[in-house]
Amino acid sequence: MTATEETAAESAPEKPLDWLGQSIKRKEDDRFLAGRGHYIEDIDLPNMLHMAILRSPYAHATINSIDTTEAAALPGVVAVVTGELLAQHNLAWMPTLSGDTQAVLATDKVRMQGQEVACVIAEDRYVAHDALELIDVDYEPLPAVVNPFAALEEGAPLIRDDKEGQTDNRVYHWEAGDAAATEEAFLEAHKVVAVDTHYPRSHPSPLECCGCVADLNPASHRATIYMTSQAPHAIRTVFALVTGLPEQNIQIISPDIGGGFGNKVPVYPGYVVATAASLLLGRPVKWIEDRTGNLISTGFARDFHMKGELAVARDGTMLGVRVKMLSDQGYAYADAQPSKLKAGLFHIVTGSYDLPAAHVVCDGAYTNKAPGGVAYRCSFRVTEASFLIERLVQNAAVELGLDPAELRRRNFIQPEQFPYTSATGFVYDSGDYETAMDMALEMAGYDELRAEQQRRRTEGGKLLGIGLASMTEALGAGPSRDYDILGIKMFDSAELRVHPTGKAILKLGVRHQGQGHETTFAQIVAHELGIPPDDILVHEGDTDNTPYGLGTYASRSTPVAGAAAAMVSRTLREKAKKIAAHLLEVSEDDLEWEHDRFSVKGAPSQTKTIQEIAFAAYTNHPMGMEAGLEGVHYYDPPNLTFPFATYVVVVEVDPETGEWQPIHVVAIDDCGVRINPMIVEGQIMGASPRASPWPPCRRSPSTTTATASGPTSWTT
Amino acid sequence: MFPSNFEYFAPTTLDEALGLLAEHGEEAKVLAGGQSLIPLMKLRFAAPAVVIDINRVAGLDHLEESKRGRGFLRIGALVRNATLERSDLLADRYPTMATAAPLISDPIVRNQGTLVGSLCHADPQGDFGSVMLALDGEVVVKSTAGERRIPIKRFLDGPFTSTIRPDELAVEARVPSPEGRFSGTYLKLERKVGDFATVGVAVFVSTERGKVTRAGIGLTGVGATNIKATEAEAALVGNRLTDATIDEASRLAAAAADPRTDVRGSADYKRDVVRVYVARGLQELSGARAA
Repeated sequence: MTATEETAAESAPEKPLDWLGQSIKRKEDDRFLAGRGHYIEDIDLPNMLHMAILRSPYAHATINSIDTTEAAALPGVVAVVTGELLAQHNLAWMPTLSGDTQAVLATDKVRMQGQEVACVIAEDRYVAHDALELIDVDYEPLPAVVNPFAALEEGAPLIRDDKEGQTDNRVYHWEAGDAAATEEAFLEAHKVVAVDTHYPRSHPSPLECCGCVADLNPASHRATIYMTSQAPHAIRTVFALVTGLPEQNIQIISPDIGGGFGNKVPVYPGYVVATAASLLLGRPVKWIEDRTGNLISTGFARDFHMKGELAVARDGTMLGVRVKMLSDQGYAYADAQPSKLKAGLFHIVTGSYDLPAAHVVCDGAYTNKAPGGVAYRCSFRVTEASFLIERLVQNAAVELGLDPAELRRRNFIQPEQFPYTSATGFVYDSGDYETAMDMALEMAGYDELRAEQQRRRTEGGKLLGIGLASMTEALGAGPSRDYDILGIKMFDSAELRVHPTGKAILKLGVRHQGQGHETTFAQIVAHELGIPPDDILVHEGDTDNTPYGLGTYASRSTPVAGAAAAMVSRTLREKAKKIAAHLLEVSEDDLEWEHDRFSVKGAPSQTKTIQEIAFAAYTNHPMGMEAGLEGVHYYDPPNLTFPFATYVVVVEVDPETGEWQPIHVVAIDDCGVRINPMIVEGQIMGASPRASPWPPCRRSPSTTTATASGPTSWTT
Repeated sequence: MFPSNFEYFAPTTLDEALGLLAEHGEEAKVLAGGQSLIPLMKLRFAAPAVVIDINRVAGLDHLEESKRGRGFLRIGALVRNATLERSDLLADRYPTMATAAPLISDPIVRNQGTLVGSLCHADPQGDFGSVMLALDGEVVVKSTAGERRIPIKRFLDGPFTSTIRPDELAVEARVPSPEGRFSGTYLKLERKVGDFATVGVAVFVSTERGKVTRAGIGLTGVGATNIKATEAEAALVGNRLTDATIDEASRLAAAAADPRTDVRGSADYKRDVVRVYVARGLQELSGARAA
């Protein structure tokens, strides 16, 4: 080695071998933790008006009349919008994510408590709220149905009488799997165990409620709509279709978002009215939903009444599963349900088990409740399915007198069975369920826990509950052949531009709500190209400046958009190789890539770093090659991805009061490559407390009959 | 927050505040910690025409023991829950209140909220009402016409209703100083941190030569107001704290409860939790040290 080479080696900056798997701090946290994020509420445009929504106090009522005279006369009020006015512009109803219709502002009837009835547009928010109290709505209350079983009974009040041909409250009847084969499996069963449960309606409750600022500029004809949306591109297309505005003139900007959990996937009436009002008035209109409005009207999750049966042989071998579900859809079918599988990803109901037969029947019913059915913590119904099968397995263990871990062990799909086609048609890519379970049991000290549990049962005092669950998820939608939303295929995209100084901007079609994309996706590019994450700006949420994508929900961003980021990086690396060959005056075949540079094989001192190559891409690129170092990739995954997990949760139960307290949680998740382990662990830790309301089936109070009618006026 | 219009006054002296109440009483609300008033105004469930903010009034933030008579604890109208939570005086001498203070909602609420304000709000799920009932406290109210001292049992009149008159300001809560050996505690069942009590139980006993000389039991969330379980208290006085007397007192306390079935639990469940908590509280006290 020559002296020059030694010096070069010594002065080379120290760098991690690979940015993948590094727990670097989140780039976005500086602004979030310092209160310098930029949310919808921070947007303040000149001449901006403020909107407030009048909501129905009744769950079901005919609207005889709406008198807005007094409200409109209040100083500071600019306009009062009703369904009647919207109907003149064909905007009184809008499509849902499942192709049903939902009222923007009620015209004929209100069909849920909290439904949007009128909007006041005023010079400030205080005046807008004062004016709401001056709107006089003459309601004629109707019998309300808040229970889906009652909704499907003969003689139940017809909720969607606005829909031609709708004669009852049934939304759909679906069946999946093989009924005959399942029937046969049950005939052979030693035991059939059952679970009849309601997975209650729950609310995503993000810290930030929904909101928008609609700015339709009458001079430029551009519609700039700032919106709390997890899926800005899809929203742009929907807005173009609903309003008739040309799509190139619509710019949806989702600024920083304070949590979504699926709550910010749908289009809400507030967005539409604010946009229509801005169009009619020629001034920006801001709508900020308050917590009351969010809780009463936003897209819910769950609300499945599930009856499951599991057929088992004497030795515990699972023979088949059959499920009957009744889904409470609220007054509109608004599920985010992109799969061609009829019951969505509920088809994962066979879980981690080698179940040869399955049959699922699912009915949906309209009720006088808020629509929703949006994802919550990776749903499309995955969570409901996992809950049901794990409850069934637990019951089977009790009835067979087997340890729940042992019963699982006897039925897990084995590693050599992958790719594995489930009885409901999924092709599981990979898995090693028993290893995951064994790790969890060992970490929890399972055998000692069982002994301790027995000891406490005999000795008294607080009881010990040991919960065990093994989960297989289906996530990362597409592939586009199977998954779309309103016809838009579920690919996702990334555009990468490397600037002359070697710094880069990565633009994505997804929109994070706090998941750490600005760090994680920078690490993916850093892994592929060697540009340090700090030198990469990750940009999302502006439809004018990012490539088309379907958005962030149901655990799809990293598997799909993350893959797109890797793919576009690789394309750029190919181009970089050509430039490096040009700069080093060698053939491309003589180059090898390491971390962040191309070196000449056999002459490692002859290198060009990605930064040097980027500079050359703009200053000294080969003749005949396009200048620049940038590209875009649309990634369409070949299949869903099937992560798995085993959790052990230990709770102490007070036998006298029923109070319970988790004292130990072990989470073994196989999530594939951990791009930033700290963020992964943060997600798991953040999710676990959010899971705690479900075991006791804590429910959103809107499901109780108490809210079926009432004199209170809800406003946002 | 987008409340209805209101006129806002921020007096700096007690006389000024009482003058404003004399003038605006019927249409006015007093703002101290605001942890109940502000949410009500936000939702427009309350729409007072006048808000009298007493936070700048001098002389209302005292927390001290008076030696007058047999002695009593004075808690000024502007003493925050967080102050009660951290008070050595309470920890040493008023354990029922000291135990209850950190169980009030969450730290943000405790930083602002006041005990006196909570009593005036008279929420049957308010924890301090039960503490005051167990300790036989009283509320001192003032108006331009003079001063009244209202025993807590008469002060709490119904759900969200107290016997304070519109022209009066609650300036102080008082609790008799303990004598002899004493101990106390507060037990609260809540679904999650920050929720209202499903059931709360305040207990206090003082003893002399092993026999109970004074007993206080207050119940939260199981009636139209906080409930003083007087029969249970009476069953303890003159007796030792034994398994039998504790069982009897907890049974009587459960009988005194008048809970309703709601989203937090069935009436039967809540009544039984009263029994269990009173028994646990008393068991805990029976083993407690002397002051």
